[in-house]
Amino acid sequence: MTQLPPPSAKKLGLVIDLDTCVGCHACVISCKGWNTENYGAPLSDQDPYGADPSGTFLNRVHSFEVQPEAAPAQLIHFPKSCLHCEDAPCVTVCPTGASYKRAEDGIVLVNESDCIGCGLCAWACPYGARELDADAGVMKKCTLCVDRIYNENLPEEDREPACVRTCPAGARHFGDLGDDNSDVSKLVAERGGFDLMPELGTKPVNKYLPPRPKDVTTPCAPLETVAQDGKGFAAWLDRALSALPGGAS
Amino acid sequence: MHPAPSVIIFTTFSGLGFGLLFWLGLGVITPTGISAFIWFAIAYVFAVGGLLASTFHLGHPERALKAFSQWKTSWLSREGIASVVTLIVLAIYGAGLVFASTPFVVLGWIGALGAIATVFTTSMIYTQLKTVPRWHQPTTPLLFLLLSLGGGALLAGQVTLCVVLLIAAAAVQLFAWYTGDKRFAQSGTDMQTATGLGDIGTVRAFEPPHTGTNYLMREFIYVVGRKHARKLQAIALLLGFIIPIILLLIPFSHIFAALAVLSHIAGVLTLRWLFFAQAEHVVGLYYGKR
Amino acid sequence: MPKDQPVVETSPNVSDEVRQTTCYMCACRCGINVHMKGGKVAYIEGNKDHPVNKGVLCAKGSAGIMQHNAPSRLRAPLKRVGPRGSGEYEEISWDEALETAVSWLKPIRDTAPEKLAFFTGRDQSQSFTSFWAQGYGTPNYAAHGGFCSVNMAAAGIYTMGGAFWEFGQPDWDHTKLFMLFGVAEDHDSNPIKMGIGKIKERGARMVSVNPIRTGYNAVADDWIGITPGTDGLFILSLVHCLLKAGKIDLDYLARFTNASVLIDQDPKSDQYGLFLRDKDGQPQVVDRRSGALAPWNGQGVDPDLSGSHRARGITHRPVFHMMADRYLSDDYAPETVADRCGIPAPRIHEIAADLARVAFDEAITLDRKWIDFRGVKHKQMIGRPVSFHAMRGISAHANGFQTCRALHMLQIILGTVETPGGMRFKPPYPKPATAHPKPHCKVAPGQPLDGPHLGYVQGPEDLCLDAAGDPARIDKAYTWENPMSAHGLMHMVISNAHAGDPYKIDTLFMYMANMAWNSSMNVGGVHAMLTDKDENGDYVIPRIIYSDAYSSEMVAYADLILPDTTYLERHDCISILDRPICEADGIADAIRWPVVEPDRDVRGFQSVLCDLGARLELPGFVNEDGSAKYTDYADYITNHIRRPGIGPLAGFRDGGDGRGGVNPDQLRSYIDNGGFWLSHVPEDAAYYKPFNMGYQDWAVKMGCYDVVQPYIFQLYVEPMRKFQAAAEGIGSRQPPDHLRAQVQKTMDPLPIWYPSAEAKAEDYPVHALTQRPMAMYHSWGSQNAWLRQIHGVNPLYVPTKIWEANRFADGDWAKITSPHGTITVPVAHQASLNENTVWTWNAIGKRKGAWALDNDAPEATKGFLLNHLIHELMPPKGDGLRWANSDPITGQAAWFDLRVRIEKTDTPKEVQPEMPPIKSLVPKAPKILRWKVGK
Ligand SMILES: Nc1nc2c(c(=O)[nH]1)N[C@H]1C(S)=C(S)[C@@H](COP(=O)(O)OP(=O)(O)OC[C@H]3O[C@@H](n4cnc5c(=O)[nH]c(N)nc54)[C@H](O)[C@@H]3O)O[C@H]1N2
Ligand SMILES: Nc1nc2c(c(=O)[nH]1)N[C@H]1C(S)=C(S)[C@@H](COP(=O)(O)OP(=O)(O)OC[C@H]3O[C@@H](n4cnc5c(=O)[nH]c(N)nc54)[C@H](O)[C@@H]3O)O[C@H]1N2
Ligand code: SF4
Ligand code: SF4
Ligand code: SF4
Ligand code: SF4
Ligand code: SF4
Ligand SMILES: [Mo]
Repeated sequence: MTQLPPPSAKKLGLVIDLDTCVGCHACVISCKGWNTENYGAPLSDQDPYGADPSGTFLNRVHSFEVQPEAAPAQLIHFPKSCLHCEDAPCVTVCPTGASYKRAEDGIVLVNESDCIGCGLCAWACPYGARELDADAGVMKKCTLCVDRIYNENLPEEDREPACVRTCPAGARHFGDLGDDNSDVSKLVAERGGFDLMPELGTKPVNKYLPPRPKDVTTPCAPLETVAQDGKGFAAWLDRALSALPGGAS
Repeated sequence: MHPAPSVIIFTTFSGLGFGLLFWLGLGVITPTGISAFIWFAIAYVFAVGGLLASTFHLGHPERALKAFSQWKTSWLSREGIASVVTLIVLAIYGAGLVFASTPFVVLGWIGALGAIATVFTTSMIYTQLKTVPRWHQPTTPLLFLLLSLGGGALLAGQVTLCVVLLIAAAAVQLFAWYTGDKRFAQSGTDMQTATGLGDIGTVRAFEPPHTGTNYLMREFIYVVGRKHARKLQAIALLLGFIIPIILLLIPFSHIFAALAVLSHIAGVLTLRWLFFAQAEHVVGLYYGKR
Repeated sequence: MPKDQPVVETSPNVSDEVRQTTCYMCACRCGINVHMKGGKVAYIEGNKDHPVNKGVLCAKGSAGIMQHNAPSRLRAPLKRVGPRGSGEYEEISWDEALETAVSWLKPIRDTAPEKLAFFTGRDQSQSFTSFWAQGYGTPNYAAHGGFCSVNMAAAGIYTMGGAFWEFGQPDWDHTKLFMLFGVAEDHDSNPIKMGIGKIKERGARMVSVNPIRTGYNAVADDWIGITPGTDGLFILSLVHCLLKAGKIDLDYLARFTNASVLIDQDPKSDQYGLFLRDKDGQPQVVDRRSGALAPWNGQGVDPDLSGSHRARGITHRPVFHMMADRYLSDDYAPETVADRCGIPAPRIHEIAADLARVAFDEAITLDRKWIDFRGVKHKQMIGRPVSFHAMRGISAHANGFQTCRALHMLQIILGTVETPGGMRFKPPYPKPATAHPKPHCKVAPGQPLDGPHLGYVQGPEDLCLDAAGDPARIDKAYTWENPMSAHGLMHMVISNAHAGDPYKIDTLFMYMANMAWNSSMNVGGVHAMLTDKDENGDYVIPRIIYSDAYSSEMVAYADLILPDTTYLERHDCISILDRPICEADGIADAIRWPVVEPDRDVRGFQSVLCDLGARLELPGFVNEDGSAKYTDYADYITNHIRRPGIGPLAGFRDGGDGRGGVNPDQLRSYIDNGGFWLSHVPEDAAYYKPFNMGYQDWAVKMGCYDVVQPYIFQLYVEPMRKFQAAAEGIGSRQPPDHLRAQVQKTMDPLPIWYPSAEAKAEDYPVHALTQRPMAMYHSWGSQNAWLRQIHGVNPLYVPTKIWEANRFADGDWAKITSPHGTITVPVAHQASLNENTVWTWNAIGKRKGAWALDNDAPEATKGFLLNHLIHELMPPKGDGLRWANSDPITGQAAWFDLRVRIEKTDTPKEVQPEMPPIKSLVPKAPKILRWKVGK
């Protein structure tokens, strides 16, 4: 199963808007909540109330600071989960076939009952998208909420990943990036969506939308002065008021 | 990368074990009877012990058999198959020597081929990883092979072979260190490609996603250990190559030979520790650490 | 599909049942769907139909399951057996707990009810708790507003009948330029994020004014990294630019604000600075139609902004003239203020021009007819699509009230308040100060108080002073020190009670406020006051009752602990009488209900108050025969009647929505409706609410108030002038001499700016701030196993200039010193930061022993509070007085006036000061979590 299937027509994935993400971590926790209760083993936490708390998360939000040459530094929040790569190195390295890419929609999954927990797939992933659960001993990763997006027990409108549903700022979009006419594909085209570490040839399905240019107030002509002081202002005011409807002509 | 003891022990001892098996299979020495048994026992203890050690870091060692299934794509799977085939073939070859004092030469050659194949597959597990630029280069398999064969020769008491191979290995190692330090920079992967934010300005990691640790940071980010790298490199060179070679070149003594082996093993363990500890995974970029 | 591809169960059962209630991981109060499996909470997600969050949920909300299951939950009532602060307790029965409380509270009620100080912290049931306190008869009641955001709230109410947050919101659907001042997270957490997402999607712009560029400020298109405490000056400079250029909405100012109202200009007159009023007491304007005087609200009157009026030898000029006189002064020119604000003058000009451009050149109109209170018919609604929002960054300074006023003035002169694209009120707001009660403080033994505690003073006559002119309240709210302290001053209660100033109390009763930690300034000092004993060996504050749900830092200081339930285990009522969840387009309220039953011996605090109220026989809590009126809070919510037809919940009343009789099935109806009730504002009533008769009629129908009461915005706040006049010697109620100058200066009826009280800049050159982390709620997020992994430590973020000057490197520590003390903490570098400002995340630091965390938890060894450096009093100025570290108008705690100096230091073992651990009140927490309730 670790052979990659031929590229599917349907490429489900996420589009993450770095212009809008406020770094609230909502997606991180809703993901943790959903995936603890659902797909496979719960995402466990070690020493949860102690000195060194550490648990399994499938989605984490980094933040970076960017210093332009001649403008104030910017801060960019940066959520990151599995990018469901088309050429997924994490799949081909897996010795057991537990890691696989679904032929029908391109979702990369781990079949936990086959996983020996060797960790090699996590080594192969450039993005840090896989975490070995210390309690279950199996590899965990973003499932693209495969148990939500097709779930017939959920109302149609809820058949989207937990992280997308919860994102308060609307910075996460889910859809078929294999379909040029899908909303997500259009968004990517419009906003110049890009790949992370394209040079590694993983061909991620998930795309990132760049932040819009910052600190460039719309250029507008400086305001013209109509009055320098209270007196001049009163005179201007009289003129201005008479121009208003109902004003003395 | 986190230098996990299980992996260090695994690569070191299975390398030595399969190196020795290679020379045994090739028939460089053809002991018989009880002495054959001892030779093979040493080789198998190293090779199998190493393999067993490698299962310690598995989350589910009881499912290890599943790891033989994906030979089409997975070097780890191939390694498993190669090692088992090699061990079986050479077991028969060895049995011939122990019980019948007969070398089944062809089987020996096949086994020898299997032994280097095993070492090669092991090395490819690391070499294939584009995510670790320091490993992703031809010196990695070359080094694994030279060390395995050199160490095997040392165990097999083949002084000349050993000296030549160890000198070659040391040279490749020095070259690997020299180039390795630049591999990350040369790989083309950096903060800019990792984040895509380079067009705006210089990118720096600000806050990590969690103030606590996580699997990724434990597994891939090992900044602390690297502080002593230079010193350890010198120690590894000394123990792994220089001392064994000197000990081999002075007039033969069993004590010296044993010391040479011990020194070499200590050296290779150090080398392997460095192999992991110095390797930087690209995911570290996201944490502003490598 | 390849034949060996595993089959994945893509339609697993999500839950057995979904129970819809209201989140309380913070005060935003989003609607949640609680998915249940086998009677246990399995997963929490947002409620898509809910007016507040429309389905989204923040990190805290999603982590509610970990809060609900936290090992730190208290398990039974506790009686203190060791010394205060030790953490030695014994579990007792509820009966014993309640009887103990009654034995303390009953005697003081019968003799001196003011000896009970009842303060309720992060209370979401203030209309209920205040009703209880009123029945008890103590004047000493308030919640947390005084240390939170009273500047913002009071400045908004006095100026325009409401502020931001639960009072109002930007018109996210129409605004084209959104300007955000001093907000990291806000109470309106999810709505703000949703709003920002919305405007970004439309391509509208966002400007943020904040010394720190994180979170919302990080996604803003433009960032103004202002020097803390100078926003008022910056805003007045924008006002200066706009006035100078005549870029103001004259029509709006004339009709809908008191810019047109006439003011007595004669310094010798006893009416100096007051409105010219007619015999009915109505403020006068000049009617443009006739040029004659007319009441502001006369039918058809067209108020003139320009005409002055002479009567009986006294000149009266419209407020607008006074504004022009003041703000056209070069004192407010960008070139004058630039250095002080840390914003280059050209940038200020640019922003003024941009505001004007969007407000006037990109004005929008909605074709909706409406009628104003003067009977004038309008065919359209004209909008100035510039909107503002602000919170504690401008309010938590000692000049915060006036700064908030300045911001409201800026919005108003642009004509953006309650117009399309601008700032919109959420019902029951707008509601002017005059429509609110005044504060009451008259005490009689055994009797209820003479009226509600908190309200809006209209002049010195409304202050809470006793016959001798001394403060009537323990927190000295509504005194000359802070006349408009509309939310009380919870942060002064412990120190005043300890000092016996203005008087001694007997019992301190607190609810849901971590006063021994993050909500106090001077934390060590507070510990000392809470544990201090008098010469007889008795505690100086004799008795402390506290209700908390968790093993917080505060519980260790109480004598009697009443353990509360978690938010999923109780009834609650988010009432229109209180701080409801309405949105600009709708009126709404909500409930919480026990979606699970508690598995411990705990009780909802409000139910406990019902019980205590009955045992104490408080009016409103007993029937005529003396029996308990309410079995529990649910009973109260359903059956309590506040005014005829008005109860705690406005929805599903008998006879209709808004007003109506008691409906015994009301709670059921709420549950069936998703835990909330919502009714939409009619389209023609959606804007211009204070002036729009369509809205006014609808608001009365819904029970927001009882009579139609349109009003105009108070750019000039006359009550402030009355206080100022008193300070000038006018009137019978006079401030004490030492406060005259302060009152005269700060109670200016038109917005002013003055430097907020601060330490000497030479000795303490650096501003030190805190911000709310989006994934943590004050102190109580750290007990949450998921959230504490995100924020388990809080470095002090240092700007590049200071970082380099100190040669800091990653992992370094520094000593931070204020006039009040020193802390030693880890530092980290941030470039996107005002160059003279350092900051840290609020309330991450924890005391050892609290929250069921191990003693070596990073929160206790590396996390820290800035509060150790902040004092409730200013450093002595040499005048023999100790001035409060708060706004002189409202008493709002001036958290953000802190100034410090920094020096690099060796890495200590852990953060300093080190405090001794308290004994945990709960059993040890588990070492591993794998929380899955389904199979
Ligand atoms: N340095 C600095 N200090 C600050 C601020 C700042 O900006 N900087 N901000 C100030 C402001 S605005 C505020 S509002 C305060 C907030 O500070 P606090 O009012 O102290 O708020 P919390 O930390 O949330 O603590 C409230 C208490 O309520 C308890 N609690 C939680 N849930 C329940 C429940 O369901 N029932 C009961 N009975 N108790 C419960 C918690 O366990 C906790 O002990 O902090 C202030 N302190
Ligand atoms: N997640 C989460 N949400 C919360 C809370 C929480 O603890 N966690 N607490 C709730 C409570 S009680 C409150 S009061 C609200 C408060 O919500 P906010 O008002 O957002 O409060 P703070 O986080 O204190 O943020 C204050 C902001 O003002 C900025 N600031 C400080 N001084 C100045 C100044 O002089 N000028 C300007 N322009 N900016 C300045 C700071 O940099 C910071 O960004 O949040 C509520 N919501
Ligand atoms: S929920 Fe949305 S805004 Fe919040 S961190 Fe995730 S992507 Fe960013
Ligand atoms: S992001 Fe990583 S885990 Fe996901 S498909 Fe790509 S390589 Fe595999
Ligand atoms: S950890 Fe599991 S999924 Fe990953 S490579 Fe090993 S067996 Fe495959
Ligand atoms: S798609 Fe699902 S599994 Fe993936 S990050 Fe989002 S919530 Fe987590
Ligand atoms: S903002 Fe978050 S924590 Fe607050 S009520 Fe909403 S979901 Fe709950
Ligand atoms: Mo607050």
